[in-house]
Amino acid sequence: MKPAAFDYYRPETIEETISLLSEYGDDSLLLSGGLSLGPMLNMRVARPSVIIDINRIKGLGGIAKIENQLKLGALARQANLTASKECHNFVPLLTEAMKHVGHYQTRSRGTVGGSVAHADPSAEIPLCAVTLGADVELMSLSGKRAVPADDFFVGALETVRAPDELVTAINFPVYKIGCSIAFEEISERRGDFAIVAVSAWVGCKDEEVSVRLGFGGVEDRPRVLEIVDFEIRYDRIIEQINDFVDELAPLEDRRATGAFRKQLARHLGKKVFKTALGNSEFETNK
Amino acid sequence: MRVSCTVNGIERYGYAESRTLLSDFLRHELYLYGTHVGCEHGVCGACTVIMDGLLTRACSTLAVQSEGLELTTVEGLAEDESLDLLRQLFSVNGALQCGFCTAGILASTKHFLNKYPNPTEDEIKDMLTGHICRCTGYAGMVKAIQEFVDLSKEGSQ
Repeated sequence: MKPAAFDYYRPETIEETISLLSEYGDDSLLLSGGLSLGPMLNMRVARPSVIIDINRIKGLGGIAKIENQLKLGALARQANLTASKECHNFVPLLTEAMKHVGHYQTRSRGTVGGSVAHADPSAEIPLCAVTLGADVELMSLSGKRAVPADDFFVGALETVRAPDELVTAINFPVYKIGCSIAFEEISERRGDFAIVAVSAWVGCKDEEVSVRLGFGGVEDRPRVLEIVDFEIRYDRIIEQINDFVDELAPLEDRRATGAFRKQLARHLGKKVFKTALGNSEFETNK
Repeated sequence: MRVSCTVNGIERYGYAESRTLLSDFLRHELYLYGTHVGCEHGVCGACTVIMDGLLTRACSTLAVQSEGLELTTVEGLAEDESLDLLRQLFSVNGALQCGFCTAGILASTKHFLNKYPNPTEDEIKDMLTGHICRCTGYAGMVKAIQEFVDLSKEGSQ
């Protein structure tokens, strides 16, 4: 239970980091909070030849509303997000989801960028990013790019991040006040990895009502169901949840079979939709 | 390589490979055996210390990461007189039996009470989910922390 040998670098600027990444790319791993990487190194599931510790980079940990986006610096600690008034006011779904992210102890060092770059299928921050259509900002020596979260996650612990790229920020869209949200998950114990997590966002797009339901832990990456309609037909939405979940290709592990995961997804999907709708100003047409 | 850091207010240094874990560095280089190593993959919480103001699983952190930073381990908490009462309440409420997990729990509790001086029972329970104790069933810890909060309030009035 001790890591294999590696070389250690501790850059203090983004420029230094991306030039290290361009040199070591494939053979390197980035270390931020270390809550996932630490255990993976100890168990030698990960055996990089180079570790690049980004904890000392300055200016990468901010949380700020910039125009119609909430910008979360990659090094923003999860505990800071939990306590952030901006996050509570502008992206309340994320504040609600943070209650389920790890434990008080792990949120202290755990970072937003680390969670997104690690891409655990059951992770809450990636789920919210996909549900709300956030962008992931990446930087390398060849420049910057922003990738929509739905395209960023491609599988379990797999993203489109190239080996020479650094995740610098996650930008969440700030919707008009009046939307409502809900988040539920089922895990073995509080703070454990979710077996299934479901997030809901109900809001307005132009004249139409938009319902977005995100499903985490079912497939190898977060999946989102978006329903846009002029009115909320409760029975029709339940039907769409059932149809959507039926089409998912669920994970199987010692905690839950695929069929059970789908059952949880249907159950939680209906539950969060009801809660979000109950909190909203929309009238239902049953 | 040489690693220097401030542990419990005292400047210390020791030698570490880049792969040396902070938990091993504290125990084997600095001879601070209060930090216990349980699962060694960040789950049990026994090795929890405070580094640079953040709660840290010492087993999932590299010793080299502590360069130039301030650390507090259970030995530092032992010299914190304001925590004498908390330790006494842990004792009388049966909040520990074998004591293996206690070092980490005290570090977490200290950090937690600094942030939330007036926690609800649910918040205390939520904080304790980050630690595994196989002796007590946690009820004694919740009670000890609640009594500590109540008595601290009375004391400050």
